[in-house]
Amino acid sequence: MAKTQIALTINGQPVEAQVEPRTLLVHFLREQQGLKGAHVGCETSHCGACTVDLNGKSVKSCTVFAVQADGGEVMTVEGLANGADLHPLQQGFYEEHGLQCGYCTPGMLMRAYRLLQENPKPSNEEIRMGISGNLCRCTGYQNIVKAISFAADKINAEGGAD
Amino acid sequence: MFPANFDYHRPGSVDEAVALLARLGGDAKILAGGHSLVPMMKLRMAAPSDLIDVNGISELKGIREANGQICIGAATTQAEVLASSLLGERCALIPEASALIADPQVRYCGTVGGNVANGDPGNDMPAVMMALKATYVLRGPKGERPVAARDFYKGLYSTELGEHELLTEVRVPALASNQGAAYVKMKRKVGDYATAATAVVLSMKGATCESAAIALTNAGDTPLFAADASASLAGKRVDEGTIAEAARLAMEIAEPAADLRGTVEFRTAMVGEMTRRAIRKAAARAQEA
Repeated sequence: MAKTQIALTINGQPVEAQVEPRTLLVHFLREQQGLKGAHVGCETSHCGACTVDLNGKSVKSCTVFAVQADGGEVMTVEGLANGADLHPLQQGFYEEHGLQCGYCTPGMLMRAYRLLQENPKPSNEEIRMGISGNLCRCTGYQNIVKAISFAADKINAEGGAD
Repeated sequence: MFPANFDYHRPGSVDEAVALLARLGGDAKILAGGHSLVPMMKLRMAAPSDLIDVNGISELKGIREANGQICIGAATTQAEVLASSLLGERCALIPEASALIADPQVRYCGTVGGNVANGDPGNDMPAVMMALKATYVLRGPKGERPVAARDFYKGLYSTELGEHELLTEVRVPALASNQGAAYVKMKRKVGDYATAATAVVLSMKGATCESAAIALTNAGDTPLFAADASASLAGKRVDEGTIAEAARLAMEIAEPAADLRGTVEFRTAMVGEMTRRAIRKAAARAQEA
């Protein structure tokens, strides 16, 4: 099957690649781009471990084709930190023990990233609904909610943005 | 899980998409939000020869009001529905249902057109559109034709949409000030299809119902318009007696499958309960307005 040429930006870097139309975005990121942050969890668009940001939306990259990202902007968990400085969300997960095994964490972080872009001061209930497409089997979510709240407070204290 | 291969097309206009459908034949599929189709492709329960991605077609996007009707482009996402102040003010029933569909990530992708045209009785929008008396606009090689939502659903995954037709727009009459509407859904968890769900639109004059429209999600092979239940409320006071009778008539047409959501008896009982709750809520909202 013929490959299709795509051009997009990933974590701010321009990327050109050839993909089969059937290549899912998560496999393109992991196997062709070496970005292993997005995890292949349930493969049925339930668990959210593969969540990345595509054109300002959180998407489950197991259910989007790489060709659909042509011309677009992708951000993965690898793009969250600023060099050695952790993103406030990453700090929040560290400080509040927002993970145990860590499998869901990249998806949680990327979903929380978009949630805080859209709602910089979410209530605990809004956080819970905001991450309702991401499953965690370890934490019972309590500390994830605290971690996202921590990040929101930190970002707001620093004058917004991020 | 990897889908079978296919050729990918990204038309820039509805005309181009319709021409592609005609040229590529019946094995081509429209790709809108993809959150029903792509999982089926990964399971190899669907293996289309071609995907026609309609997400780049701007004329399929957006929500506007024209001639007293609200027109929703078929490729408008559920997230866009939730963000629409026009729908919030003029037809809040639609975003009320959107918020109950799947989860945030899926709502960024999933479209109104996909939800109504997929033909899965578990989709939430069809019952809402039936209750609202919506019209679907279908475009094919011979032009455009309107089909009433209530006439659209033929069987499991079988609809009025022809092989070479594309759903381009959903049109709903804006709710009047004497109307109240509600969509009440029972589900086991976020992302689940309904155990039972009911959409209700009531036109009220004081405590009396002038007319009612009741439709059911996931209570049979197709979304169901509950005609007898709807008619039973017309001209009556909405009280616990008339609500119970409408719910009984809704349960009479329900034929839910026994599945992980429950037995036939349980799911039928839940059709009744969701119907009672939706009527009460719609009546209260009509009187508030």
